[in-house]
Amino acid sequence: MSFTVSIQTHDFDVSHELTALRAGDARVGAVCSFLGTVRERNDGSSVASMELEHYPGMTEKSITAMMDEAQKRFDIYAARVIHRVGLLHPEDQIVWVAVTSAHRGESFQACEFLMDYLKTQAPFWKKEVTPEGSRWVDARVSDDQALARWGIDVSNASELDPSQRS
Amino acid sequence: MSGILHVNLKFFASIREAIGHGSESVTTQATTLNALRDELIARGGSYADVLAHGRAVRMAMNQDVCEETAALIEGCEVAFFPPVTGG
Repeated sequence: MSFTVSIQTHDFDVSHELTALRAGDARVGAVCSFLGTVRERNDGSSVASMELEHYPGMTEKSITAMMDEAQKRFDIYAARVIHRVGLLHPEDQIVWVAVTSAHRGESFQACEFLMDYLKTQAPFWKKEVTPEGSRWVDARVSDDQALARWGIDVSNASELDPSQRS
Repeated sequence: MSGILHVNLKFFASIREAIGHGSESVTTQATTLNALRDELIARGGSYADVLAHGRAVRMAMNQDVCEETAALIEGCEVAFFPPVTGG
């Protein structure tokens, strides 16, 4: 059983990570992974680069909590989350989530669950450099809706703070 | 009557940029997160701007997201940040 998270500035080798995640566990019959990369365009502007900031400590804590929740919900054997921070450019790898299970359904679902959770609950912030200048990326309501499908109600993208919501 | 609590503040992303630094240690008479936020707003300037009620400000205590009514703990770490945008 291996559930690990790495927050790092350096790149990672997906093939190496996949091999390591399932190594020595012959129960595994399915490995599902998601790789997020930097797009050259976002919200109508070209993106020259982006700077990813996070909250050291809370980031690891929140992702560990979401992996605990994934283990309760799905019959999975191992999971790994890698998230890069610092300066990134289009085509760079940003985030990787991988899950192992006996059959594909559990790892497919757990992988998507972890990614939906991470988008709205892990303390990362992106700042993009565009021709119009630098800008902080806005949270998306669609990401809140993605997590709501799992029965988890969040309002990360809300303009209002909790005290202003009914 | 409340005593005085020591709290380590953390600011991230656009809030950190506006305030000009990422952390500070304060003593406060506030007993809840919301009261602590009000104390910071009362400083005026960029604190009042970015922490104003109605703005999208998230708060965490000891690295867990908390409701505004949460009671402050002596020596705790309180973070203020905008909605998250990782992944």
